[in-house]
Amino acid sequence: MVVTEENIWQFLEEVSDPEVPVLSVVDLGVIRRVKLEGDVVFITITPTYSGCPAMGTIEADIFKKLEEEGFLKVKIDMQLSPAWTTDWLSENGKKKLLEYGIAPPVESIASPTALFGKEPQIACPQCGSKDTKLVSQFGSTACKALYTCNSCLEPFDYFKCLN
Amino acid sequence: MIQTEINHESVREHIQQFSAETRAQLFQYVLQLADTSLMLSHRLAEWCGHGPILEQDIAMSNISLDLLGETRSYFQYAAELEGKGRTEDDLAYLRVATEYKNPLLVEQPNGNFADTILRQFIFDSYHFHFLKELQKSSDKHLAAIAEKSFKEASYHIKWSSEWVIRLGDGTDESHAKMEAAIKNLWQYSGELFMPTETENLLKEAGIAPDLSVLKTQFDEYAANVLKEATLELPEKVFMHKGGKLGIHSEHLGFLLSDLQYMQRTYPGLQW
Repeated sequence: MVVTEENIWQFLEEVSDPEVPVLSVVDLGVIRRVKLEGDVVFITITPTYSGCPAMGTIEADIFKKLEEEGFLKVKIDMQLSPAWTTDWLSENGKKKLLEYGIAPPVESIASPTALFGKEPQIACPQCGSKDTKLVSQFGSTACKALYTCNSCLEPFDYFKCLN
Repeated sequence: MIQTEINHESVREHIQQFSAETRAQLFQYVLQLADTSLMLSHRLAEWCGHGPILEQDIAMSNISLDLLGETRSYFQYAAELEGKGRTEDDLAYLRVATEYKNPLLVEQPNGNFADTILRQFIFDSYHFHFLKELQKSSDKHLAAIAEKSFKEASYHIKWSSEWVIRLGDGTDESHAKMEAAIKNLWQYSGELFMPTETENLLKEAGIAPDLSVLKTQFDEYAANVLKEATLELPEKVFMHKGGKLGIHSEHLGFLLSDLQYMQRTYPGLQW
């Protein structure tokens, strides 16, 4: 069987984000490029947040997956620019997030220096109500903010916008 | 044989464009940036488990982590610039106090929550504008790190500015604590904008931002927030300096004894 770059993308679909396991690294938008030269695979990835502790695990998981699929020469390159944005989350990924109970990113915060500005209305992933309240811009992981639903009173994570 | 590796070739190629002299200056400059984010990241991490409420405890850990990410990018770049085989960990953990080049502000102790908020506000008001300018650097790798970290710093400046207003324009007690914090910490704000010889040389080369431009942006931004917070700056403040040249306050030694403990006690220890 001739292996193509397309096949490698499919294998990467099976590597999940260690912190949000319903997302694959492809859904997350961190795989920038896949190149096959002879029997060497070159993969370019980009970090979501620069301090994201999942990046090391993602690299290790990619190496492991490709080794299982028979690729013994793999090189991973880290690219910072252009910087990752939540616009790179796939549509499928956003759907999976919602089903998992995490509200997908909607729109960016107003200008960062516009203080106490109006925050975007986020629908509760549990009951769908739009009557929700931002508790903190900083949540359980670097990529999430913490909200509470005023209707069903449940707290929930919002995958915050970065663009 | 399995050959899997993280590829560093693009950074190695990138630094070839610089002369040995520029590379040496850049090494010093990038270390200064790395040390600055590292120390503040460490200070914020000291709050972990001690925050006034859970959400703010988490906020400080998040900001700490973002700064740690930024500092790692700088240290990795510095290690390549030096080219002597030292790694990011060697640079972060195995230097002596006088070799660290962070400004004095970021090594100041946490104090109470108001002190931490004010230190963060001074830093964020500088850092946000700094990263905005650094994106224009002729050093494309530094510009890329800035582009990445700027997005994160946007959340930081919003957080600390809102807290300055909430506490300053809050109760009598929170207002008094913010006033005391200004008295303690404003004297460390000036050093951020006092250029070292290296910063001047790299500014000429189009690599480092012009600190006098940043100072104007900082003054204007901070004045607006402090006004909203009903807080006033003292008229004349003596500005301390030295950190960027390796002359530190006594606090750095204590900080390093914590930060370096593991690597000094168990050299080469890894997770």
